[in-house]
Amino acid sequence: MTATVKKVERVVPDLAMKAYLPAILEGLGVTTRHFVQNLGNLVSGRKKSKRGSEEIATIRYPEEKREYPPRFRGHHRLMRREDDQVRCVACFMCSTACPANCIYIEAGEHEDPTIEKFPVRFDIDHLVCIYCGMCEEACPCDAIRMDSGEHTAPKYSRTDQRVQLVDLLARGGPSIAKQGGRFS
Amino acid sequence: MTPVILYALLKIVGFVLGYVMLTATLLTWVERKQSALAQDRIGPARASVFGFRLGGLLHIPADAIKSFTKEDLIPDTPNPWLFKLAPLIAFMPAIVMFAVIPFGPGDLIISSASFGVLFILAVTGISVYGATLAGWASNSSLALLGGLRAAAQMISYEVTMGLSLVGIFMVYEDVNLQSIVVRQGSNVLHWGIVTQPLAFVLFMAAAIAETKRGPFDVAEGESELVAGYFTEYSAMRFAMFMLGEFIAIVGVAAVTVTFFLGGWQIPGLEETGGWYTVLQVSGFALKTWFLCWLQLMIRWTLPRFRYDQIMRLGWQILLPLSLLNVLITGIVLAIIHG
Repeated sequence: MTATVKKVERVVPDLAMKAYLPAILEGLGVTTRHFVQNLGNLVSGRKKSKRGSEEIATIRYPEEKREYPPRFRGHHRLMRREDDQVRCVACFMCSTACPANCIYIEAGEHEDPTIEKFPVRFDIDHLVCIYCGMCEEACPCDAIRMDSGEHTAPKYSRTDQRVQLVDLLARGGPSIAKQGGRFS
Repeated sequence: MTPVILYALLKIVGFVLGYVMLTATLLTWVERKQSALAQDRIGPARASVFGFRLGGLLHIPADAIKSFTKEDLIPDTPNPWLFKLAPLIAFMPAIVMFAVIPFGPGDLIISSASFGVLFILAVTGISVYGATLAGWASNSSLALLGGLRAAAQMISYEVTMGLSLVGIFMVYEDVNLQSIVVRQGSNVLHWGIVTQPLAFVLFMAAAIAETKRGPFDVAEGESELVAGYFTEYSAMRFAMFMLGEFIAIVGVAAVTVTFFLGGWQIPGLEETGGWYTVLQVSGFALKTWFLCWLQLMIRWTLPRFRYDQIMRLGWQILLPLSLLNVLITGIVLAIIHG
């Protein structure tokens, strides 16, 4: 026998079951218990019942927010070096890895000869982004991250959803990871 | 105007507007709040005036303003007049029913006509025309199905409703509601729920089915018919259907209290007049509120029946049981009276 077959005994309803009324009363008891306990908590201002089972599950959204898990991928941010310069070297790895093609980078020559390039423009279109996290996987410099823990906010126009370099940098913090990734 | 007319008007305004309409309006809030608490939710709490929320009570005026200001959409139908008439037909019988319900001792009843019970049965029968006409005039397949279901359900359960009351007539030997209440007396053991327990269950089931709510709401069946017979209605016409439904809840509660829970009688209180009357009227109000609460609780406890299950329950279970109830009542009465 390949599959595990579980034999379930067929329940033959007796008169009490067929009458429905005992089951209806039992169900009414359950809902009434929840109702009375929650009403008591509401009136007395208590948050939780003693038993803890009849707890209001609602999160009052704009005032209360649900804690996101640590690996939640949210709004992008660009990290900085110790000297507050952008870590990004405009290598195009992220925009190449991006399956949605939402990253637009324009590279520029840097005055410092030890730094090869830097992004003149770095746009992410949040209406196109699918929040897959491939860009931060691909980045060799720990420059782009999605760990802000924030949603992309709704905006009134499509162009506003195209986030520019300045905004991304403003969200970023310092990163002391070694520049250049594995092959440095 | 003579004092008689003034007194009658006072009773109508006080009972129908002051109690029934107020309760029905509050029920729109109670239903949402009660169901929320029974399901561990918060329920309506957002509408606020200057930061005061009053536990969501402000949703009632908010809903009213919304209903009055929304666009009144009339679908492309060959019967626009029927379409406009249907909410009124659904609304009026629910209110008219309170004319024969005694809310206090003596003449505290709007019309003490001797045909009280027949009037109630007739009026609840008419109320389904609103739903059926709405479904017909909407010119929409979903609404038509909802209207048909409402009609079929009404026909099936009206029979049980009438037959379960026959037991009450046999026990109390009258069809005037005030006399029935008086004969139930202040002794709980003489109330309808004790003398006719089976009829009470049958009547409640049939009456909830008549209001098209609770586990019997296939006529609205959201999962398959969008909103049933009022799918095409919007704004105040839709609100009329909703309010009519809530008034019907109060109506069912009031009728059940009158027949089975001793009406305005308070256990152990024989005297009437003066403050006793006030006490008895509030007793009626409290009993009715309790039954409203029970109806809401039943709705939020039981899952919806399937359409064929409703038909089978009505014709194959409730109808024979109500006939059996009449038979047993007759035999018992014959033995008692010799």
